[in-house]
Amino acid sequence: MGKLLGWVDDRFPLMKMWNEHLAEYYTPKNFNFWYFFGSLALLVLVIQIVSGIFLTMHYKPDGAAAFASVEYIMRDVPYGWLIRYIHSTGATAFFIVVYLHMFRGLMYGSYKKPRELIWLFGMFIYLALMAEAFMGYLLPWGQMSYWGAQVIISLFSAIPVIGDDLTLWIRGDFVISDATLNRFFALHVVALPFVIVFLVIAHILALHEVGSNNPDGVEIKKNKDSKGIPLDGIPFHPYYTVKDIAGVAVFLFFFSVVLFYFPAGGGYFLEHANFIASDPLKTPAHIAPVWYFTPFYAILRAVPDKLMGVGAMGAAIVVLFFLPWIDRCKVKSIRYRSVVYKVNLIVFAVTFVVLGWLAMQPVTDTITNLSRLFTLLYFAFFVVLFVTSKNEQTKPVPDRVTS
Amino acid sequence: MKKHILIILLAIFPATSFAAGVGVHLDAAPIDINDKDSIKRGAKNFVDYCFSCHSAKFMRFNRIAKDTGMDEDELREMMIFTRDKKGEATKTGDLMTVAMTDEYAKSAFGTAVPDLTLTARARGADWLYTYLRTFYVDENRPTGMNNLAFPDVAMPNVLMNLQGVNKAVYADDGHGGNKIEGLEKIQPGSMTTEEFDAFTADLVNFMVYLAEPVQAERRSMGWKVLLFLAIFFVFAYLLKKEYWKDVH
Repeated sequence: MGKLLGWVDDRFPLMKMWNEHLAEYYTPKNFNFWYFFGSLALLVLVIQIVSGIFLTMHYKPDGAAAFASVEYIMRDVPYGWLIRYIHSTGATAFFIVVYLHMFRGLMYGSYKKPRELIWLFGMFIYLALMAEAFMGYLLPWGQMSYWGAQVIISLFSAIPVIGDDLTLWIRGDFVISDATLNRFFALHVVALPFVIVFLVIAHILALHEVGSNNPDGVEIKKNKDSKGIPLDGIPFHPYYTVKDIAGVAVFLFFFSVVLFYFPAGGGYFLEHANFIASDPLKTPAHIAPVWYFTPFYAILRAVPDKLMGVGAMGAAIVVLFFLPWIDRCKVKSIRYRSVVYKVNLIVFAVTFVVLGWLAMQPVTDTITNLSRLFTLLYFAFFVVLFVTSKNEQTKPVPDRVTS
Repeated sequence: MKKHILIILLAIFPATSFAAGVGVHLDAAPIDINDKDSIKRGAKNFVDYCFSCHSAKFMRFNRIAKDTGMDEDELREMMIFTRDKKGEATKTGDLMTVAMTDEYAKSAFGTAVPDLTLTARARGADWLYTYLRTFYVDENRPTGMNNLAFPDVAMPNVLMNLQGVNKAVYADDGHGGNKIEGLEKIQPGSMTTEEFDAFTADLVNFMVYLAEPVQAERRSMGWKVLLFLAIFFVFAYLLKKEYWKDVH
């Protein structure tokens, strides 16, 4: 075994990579609950790729056969239902985990110098993930697949001059059709997974270059022992591998509760109308996107003008890219930041959830007014952050991590 | 930790509501998906009263036999009376299609007849249970019938001989108009109300099964997986504790 390893190592940096990224990657010892979600996101990515490969073996990306092929998977393919529910539950799990992972970054200032690129790579992963989820949702070819895609793609027509030609180019037809389904399939199973995997590698390489942040926002590399090992650092493997395995067990428990007992998630994960085959002539009474897009959909609906609405929705996502520069406070962790920041962040988190809920409600005047209010609150987070973070009243940050 | 879990759970399961589309009160369907006899009776009801016009084209006949513990002969006798395109008796492994074409249905009813395989998942059991029991006389409709759960539905009340005939009872809606307060039987059917409710419940139970035949297996696999994960967690946690002993 040792000989084989030596043979490989002479030809490929196997042990070097193992050490750099696991056995000798020193990680702060004070990670808390919030630090499970990075490795969990990686796990869900693997789950989605593997279950997706098996679904691809039986699914038919054909406007006339797609809906039936999903039911064929659910009924005739041995354990096809399990694979399908794993994949659909995985989509929801992916966004839950990613949202919590991003919120962790906000709480502990993980996007701040020197980790701006990690945040940017992460944001690109999030964008790619949204595209991946959106295109994947078309594939079951149910009513909500069809009309959801119709609504979202038609948003591009709001762009002046090129709008109509652009939507035509995206759809490959004048309406959502077989052509759209085929190209979304190609993008969903080939193109975007490549992009996501590439970005995830970049995200992790950038992280391992500068080292992980922690709940205290203290740079552990500032205090090293005589061998150059951070005093507050422990090797990722075995310490965090064993810890993450316990986290994985808990995560899979909740995952399985949904998978086996609430696979449709009360209509939020698999929408009721999506059990009706797509019909270009019948518009569902109430078109709502899947839950993970709803906060942005609420912002879109809140603005009366279509172009402005699309702009506001886009801005709501784009502004997140600039967080490392909007937040000008030198202190990273929420533990040592001002009450203003704490309140601001809590309001932001609540706003995000409320926006998501609002988008699922049928439009009424009250809902529209509330959507407008919370849209303002969403953007207010960034304005308040930019204004208050420059000269924020912070508490002293310790030199070493606290337990 | 507990607080975190609660937050996550609340994020996953906001107050759920079923988008039935109309504001009619839905009666809770008294169904039990584990009651195989009920599913079997429901399958019989389905074949006798729905399956002439409505297909269940994603389902195979013999899946019902397998899941309810019937043999091939019993299955044939109960629900396969047709011949396939070659003129041979329909195979037990065939999909549950019907001969009626969309073109014919449109000329007869003004609309294509929907496939019923997934209706229980699209509409919900309570909606189905209410819909099947709330037809009432309405002379303005081509079929002479209207429905509380599905206003202006194109389908005639095929269960009328069993249920009898209902008429709507109107009440003042407080805005100078009328609203339907309830239904009143004006002509009895061959079944009592209780018998008919039970008949409908069996039918809905079958349709819920039909929409997701695997659900019993799914639930029974579920708790085994959860049990495994719970035990696995204990070992994973102890392993973590052991490794972390020397971290201070």
